[in-house]
Amino acid sequence: MTDTPADRIARATPPAIARRVRGLPDRVIAWIFVAPTIFLLLAVNIFPLIWTIRLSFTNFAANKPNAEVKWVGIRNYTRILTDADTWANMQTTAHFLIWTIFFQVLIGFALAWLINRKFKGNDLVTTLIVIPMMLSPAVVGNFWTFLYQPQIGVVNYVVEFLTGIPADSFSMLGPGGWARWSIVIVDTWMWTPFVMLICLAGLRSIPDYIYEAAEVDRASKWRQFWTITVPMALPFLMLAVLFRGIENFRMFDLVVLLTGGGPGDETLLASIDLKREAFEKWRTGYSSAYAIILFVTVFGLASIYVKALNRVKQR
Amino acid sequence: MNRMRLIPAALAAAIASAGSAQAADLTLCWAAWDPANALVELSKDFEAQSGIKMNFEFVPWPNFADRMLNELNSGGQLCDLMIGDSQWIGGAAENGWYVMLNDFFDKEGISMNAFVPATVTGYSEWPKNTPNYWSLPAFGDVVGWTYRKDWFERPEIQAAFKEKYGRDLTPPATFAELKDVAEFFQGREIDGKTVYGASIYTERGSEGITMGAMDVLYSYGFKYDNPEKPYDMEGFVNSDGAVAGLEFYKSLYDCCVAPGTSNTYMGEGIDAYKSGQVALHMNFAFTWPGFEVDPNVGGGKTGYLVNPAGPNGEKFAQLGGQGISVVANTDNMDGALAYIKWFAQKDVQDKWWSMGGFSCLRAVVEDPNFAKSQPYAQTFLDSMAIVKDFWAEPSYATLLQASQQRFHDYVVAGNGSAKEALDGLIADWTETFQDEGKL
Repeated sequence: MTDTPADRIARATPPAIARRVRGLPDRVIAWIFVAPTIFLLLAVNIFPLIWTIRLSFTNFAANKPNAEVKWVGIRNYTRILTDADTWANMQTTAHFLIWTIFFQVLIGFALAWLINRKFKGNDLVTTLIVIPMMLSPAVVGNFWTFLYQPQIGVVNYVVEFLTGIPADSFSMLGPGGWARWSIVIVDTWMWTPFVMLICLAGLRSIPDYIYEAAEVDRASKWRQFWTITVPMALPFLMLAVLFRGIENFRMFDLVVLLTGGGPGDETLLASIDLKREAFEKWRTGYSSAYAIILFVTVFGLASIYVKALNRVKQR
Repeated sequence: MNRMRLIPAALAAAIASAGSAQAADLTLCWAAWDPANALVELSKDFEAQSGIKMNFEFVPWPNFADRMLNELNSGGQLCDLMIGDSQWIGGAAENGWYVMLNDFFDKEGISMNAFVPATVTGYSEWPKNTPNYWSLPAFGDVVGWTYRKDWFERPEIQAAFKEKYGRDLTPPATFAELKDVAEFFQGREIDGKTVYGASIYTERGSEGITMGAMDVLYSYGFKYDNPEKPYDMEGFVNSDGAVAGLEFYKSLYDCCVAPGTSNTYMGEGIDAYKSGQVALHMNFAFTWPGFEVDPNVGGGKTGYLVNPAGPNGEKFAQLGGQGISVVANTDNMDGALAYIKWFAQKDVQDKWWSMGGFSCLRAVVEDPNFAKSQPYAQTFLDSMAIVKDFWAEPSYATLLQASQQRFHDYVVAGNGSAKEALDGLIADWTETFQDEGKL
């Protein structure tokens, strides 16, 4: 008879401990196993959250450890919510979020649909497409800063070639209204492959016999796409939107490298503003309130979205 | 004793000796730039004399304040010595990050009168204009201008300028003249290459556009507050002169910079100038030694200019530079103070200047041979005599972020008017001072 790992562990356990454990109910043993994880979760996630909520009602500044900390009630919250700049930053974040997700889903799904059709060099093309998402945001930020440079960058020359507008007469990252779209383009270039991979998984999970049955029923390709492909890939698509939405809500590095939030405040996302409040201006109480507002926003939106996702899955 | 017992004993001895060696080391924190490399070389003399090993932690300028203020604020022990920016001094003093050096200076006979007064006020004193010293002036710096002397001397360019403006092409003495020159060079073909008028600061993220705009605003009459009533800013920050100064800075940005310079600071300016892209270049004096040895713009091709005068003849310049301080959390206080004592010596400061470090010691800069020691030496001296600095309050970072936002929004993004930008700045700064309990 061969030893199982459980047998070996049982033999290695000192008899005194074995006796003690043998006497414990299953529920207690389960708690013993789960307790370290729960402890870590409380220490690393829950405690900081509660502490942040507490700080958000004070005037605490982390760079003034000796200063008196005063309870300010909901003043930080009212200041943030009545500040026009905060709302402008929220709008910038919403612009970035909506358009990046729109383009990434559109292009990502189209690419996945094309890749899903078997052709020669399929694997090579897939590998090449996913390269951007494997790069560091720091590299991508610097790389695109050069591409957008009006004098030496490729982007302006392409625009000049196509439209006749002189390359050095406009700046994609400067004034003129293009900066917001420039960061959308870079994020779309970088993260569309991620959406594509998720969509590809969805498309490949659709059994062939469903299409065969549709062929037998003489359903057109167009009808097959809208009544089989899209509904069956929808849960995957929605998952991709959830991931990208959460990621882009806290987008920071790429935008800081490309524009620093400028020109003016044109690309100042809420996450960049929060970082400046917390770690440059050191308004810890105020930034804690800001963080809680952003957390509640993301958590609320994500909860509604997950419910919708579950409903789609159940269909 | 068998071999197995010897191993842990040897290990313990090794760890103990490593620990004691580390305790004797010193770590100096500064920005990652050319002067820092010179300081590494200079500090080898200190290592040889004292036996203390020097370590260095250099952070690029755009992240310097962020990284180091976090370090100081969190009570970290990375740095024993800090060459921190001049605006940090208020916060560093009030929050106990730096050691007050008065007693040490008295004991060692180091007199602040031996240093250029502007650097003592700018880098060492808090509160300002009181004899409370938190650092030793280490690196004098100021915003000035460089220009392509070789282009200015070309007969065909001189003729074209005279034809257009009716006067000789000379280094600009006023900001109005500076704009003429910048406009003249903007888009001009020189040696088959299109060149541009000027490189100025427009950076949004850290402090760039504030340093650039303030460098102009001072000479147009901008003042931070009422000299008679601290923190009273109405009519000083947004005076007619200040408004005109900010409008001028925007007009310079609109007419005369190279395409794509909407987020540029020191590094980008250096690149633009060295690559022969611009005729005029605003930057801190620390860049000047590098230009002298550059194959493209060195060897007499570059001229150095004190900040030009404003419309009323007033002439001021934005102070840069830093003092060297002892971090309160250091575990090697004696070593850190020994370094400062060594650094304050005349012969060390002479060597510092010769290596590209801008000494603040009067015995060095007032030496009769100093002005001729480098092509930019006289310009540096003249510039240091007219400096003004940004707020050095503990809340300087908040004040700075407000000016970054207001200036960038008006100058680069083109939103609103100069008056609105400066009125908005007063509102932001007032709110900050109210939060601080100063208003």
